[in-house]
Amino acid sequence: MKRVHAIPGFGLTLGITVAYLSVIVLIPLSTIFFKTAAIGIHEFFAVVAAPRTLAACRLSFFAATIAAIINSAFGVAVAWTLVRYDFPMRGAIDAMVDLPFALPTSVAGIILTALYAGNGWIGRWLTPFGVKVAFAPAGVVVALTFVGLPFVVRTLQPVLEDLDPELEEAAATLGASRLQAFTRVTLPALLPAILAGFTLAFARAIGEYGSVVFISGNLPMRTEVLPLLIMSKLEQFDYAGAAAIAMVTLLISAVLLFAANVLQRWSARRLTA
Amino acid sequence: MSIEIRNLRKIFGGFVALDNIDLAIKEGELVALLGLSGSGKTTLLRIIAGLEAPDAGSIHFRGADAGSLSVRDRRIGFVFQHYALFRHMTVFENVAFGLRVQPRGSRPSESAIRAKVHELLRMVQLDFMAHRYPSQLSGGQRQRVALARTLAIEPRILLLDEPFGSLDARVRQELRRWLRRLHRQLGITCVFVTHDQDEALELADRVVVMNAGRIEQIGSPEDVYHHPANAFVASFLGNVNLFHGRIEDGRVYLGNTSLEVGAANGSVASASGRAMLYVRPHLLEIDRVSAGPGSFPATVKSVNAAGPQVRIELVAEWGDPVSVDLGHDRFTTLELAPGAKVFLSPKENRVFVYEA
Amino acid sequence: MFENFGFTGANAPHSRRVGVGEPPGVRRALLAITFAFLGLFLFLPLAAVFTEAFAKGLGVYLAAISSQEARAAIRLTLTTAAIAVPLNVGFGLAAAWLVARFEFPGKQFLATLIDLPFSVSPVISGMLFVLLLGVRTPMGEWLADHGLRIIFAEPGIVLATIFVTFPIAARELIPVMQASGQDEEEAAIVLGASGFQMFTRVTLPNVRWGVVYGVVLCAARAMGEFGAVSVVSGHIRGATNTMPLYVEILYNDYEFSAAFAVASLLALLSIVTLTLKHAVGRRVASQIKHAGEELPRLAA
Repeated sequence: MKRVHAIPGFGLTLGITVAYLSVIVLIPLSTIFFKTAAIGIHEFFAVVAAPRTLAACRLSFFAATIAAIINSAFGVAVAWTLVRYDFPMRGAIDAMVDLPFALPTSVAGIILTALYAGNGWIGRWLTPFGVKVAFAPAGVVVALTFVGLPFVVRTLQPVLEDLDPELEEAAATLGASRLQAFTRVTLPALLPAILAGFTLAFARAIGEYGSVVFISGNLPMRTEVLPLLIMSKLEQFDYAGAAAIAMVTLLISAVLLFAANVLQRWSARRLTA
Repeated sequence: MSIEIRNLRKIFGGFVALDNIDLAIKEGELVALLGLSGSGKTTLLRIIAGLEAPDAGSIHFRGADAGSLSVRDRRIGFVFQHYALFRHMTVFENVAFGLRVQPRGSRPSESAIRAKVHELLRMVQLDFMAHRYPSQLSGGQRQRVALARTLAIEPRILLLDEPFGSLDARVRQELRRWLRRLHRQLGITCVFVTHDQDEALELADRVVVMNAGRIEQIGSPEDVYHHPANAFVASFLGNVNLFHGRIEDGRVYLGNTSLEVGAANGSVASASGRAMLYVRPHLLEIDRVSAGPGSFPATVKSVNAAGPQVRIELVAEWGDPVSVDLGHDRFTTLELAPGAKVFLSPKENRVFVYEA
Repeated sequence: MFENFGFTGANAPHSRRVGVGEPPGVRRALLAITFAFLGLFLFLPLAAVFTEAFAKGLGVYLAAISSQEARAAIRLTLTTAAIAVPLNVGFGLAAAWLVARFEFPGKQFLATLIDLPFSVSPVISGMLFVLLLGVRTPMGEWLADHGLRIIFAEPGIVLATIFVTFPIAARELIPVMQASGQDEEEAAIVLGASGFQMFTRVTLPNVRWGVVYGVVLCAARAMGEFGAVSVVSGHIRGATNTMPLYVEILYNDYEFSAAFAVASLLALLSIVTLTLKHAVGRRVASQIKHAGEELPRLAA
């Protein structure tokens, strides 16, 4: 391909981009493949199929799914309220939605642990009912809900803002009730964004470490998620085992993010007539 | 269905969008609401549809108060300016929407829905597009889908907001004729909003000229064009020459010239004070010599002979610019060129007195 | 550049649209759900940080954040950000220029690769550098022979931070660069500007809010990253701790008030970040949005 560009800098920026990308991302990432390849297929499956790994995998999936569902349901309400209603401090509350992105995860971790521990602000109301959140799988769900909170809201907001109120008006003039207008006109338009947000929240949750490590109590087979398991293998200098589990985790996230990407493009294409 | 609107008032945060509107629309009439942006015409249309609630006043449909009727219960067809087609539904599903959301008891069967949708799509000549999505259609096709979707609920009134506003000139012409025919066929009461005077004058049985939240004039297209009720209507509809002067004893004084106030002006002739005189460019006679007391001198500035008529730009003796339209034959006879001294005599004029 | 909140009669706020608004009951319920959810997950945690931080009084708080170890952690955090942010914003500008201005095969793939670190768990991000440069690897041995220590030392922390914050600036700058268009740049070239002059006089001013936005987001993440740096830090007190790591150490030593004191500084930092993000983000969003609108909508 030979093209003459009026705009300069193609070679320079291509060089910088590829070189920096290789040094910072590609070369380090490749180590994980080499390390996994080096241990051989049998050991790989021995690590991946070990009961402790499977338990961590189950909890990761289970907790991430619950958290993403909670975030999708409430995310629709939050996005709807922020876009459609006017109330005091709306701007500030809108800005606050990103707190889980901005707050270091170790800070989030210790706060949530303090809140949900048996004597914490929230924990003390749950203990009498026998509900244990901190140092139990429920704690993992709480932490993952916290870190995934912004995703559905943020993917939904622009779609909701661009949604022409005339569509709902058109539905009303054609005889649809409010509920029919929502389920038949509004929700189908929002669904791709909700699914994309769900997937992003889920993917983030699968890899989350900082906010989970404190509240989970880190009990193998019970409250250990995949990243915690990787960390514990690294601390025992079991690099091969860590790499094998990391490989699995990476593949899961890659598939998810690819799905989110496709969804978002699909939704964008449909909504730009 | 007839519509009576009484004392309608709507205010948006201090901005008076509609100010005491009274309007009666007869059964089967095709009415244009004509005005500029912000004149309140769209707001009026939305209030009739029930999409907006008035702050005061009432609307009656065939004599029955519609104030408490919700949008969905009014059964009024509304075609949105940008069509508001449902993008995730096919053309077929868009048209079927109004039938599918009907309460279970009155909802037609699936086969009835299918038959009706196809009938409507045939009517708008889009049956072959039934399984396309709105994003795959052209502007004119979307417009027709929007119409078919609206007609599916058998509306008692059809409201259209700038129905041809976002289409290009040729499609617009075609759709105008088509809408006219459709209206004659269905006999449904139609109200449409437009800022395009040609559209209003060509299409409507009656034109409602609106300005700043008020109705300036209601009348047939001929009426509002030839007998504008006030200065706004006169200047809004068609090209017009506007001269400022004084009125006294039945004559208007402009510079050194005085003109007799035309008979069409009625009682204005007996007024006195500052006045405005309106003359349409095709109602000014051009001569090389003075045609008598009703004519005034002017100088030709430029000539544009491209088009069905020749447009001549002049400057009147007292300094105001004047435009005159005349036929090519007459233009050739007169041999007009920039700099030529001529005399203009209005065949007809409209005089409006300032409210002192 | 300004958001258009003006309305004419036709484009009135939603609340006035009779056909669209929810019944008051539904509306109140939605507001209540939103406030309850955000209150539980955002405002309560935030209140808890500051309450816990001051639980033992102002003296303990001040002592905790001014101890030698705390000061060392703050210093390392700032140093790390000071290295990672310029590198990644510089890269972001180059990558945005490349992606927004040129068509070439593999462009979409390149854009995907740039986003890659977002999809890597923080723990794995840190692990990559341990696998690459750790003491038992060939590279690590070579480095050790030359007296260079990267893993379990500051350079490792910086590297892991650069990896984690790698896509942030680029991802914000690409759409801004695309939206700003290249007409003005072509004009500058036609008028005789050099490539460098065009970039500094035309491009940078046009994308300045995107750069500011990228710096804010990148700096916030660089200072707040925990998982990745946790893997490479080696947890050496006063030497290889950033603030988020120091919070963990204090917490694990049962010095809760001190842990929350340092955590409150980080919480404060995130509030500052969010404020800046909100202020700058609106400009960036409207810049991108307005570029897409050729003509204003006709309002009747």
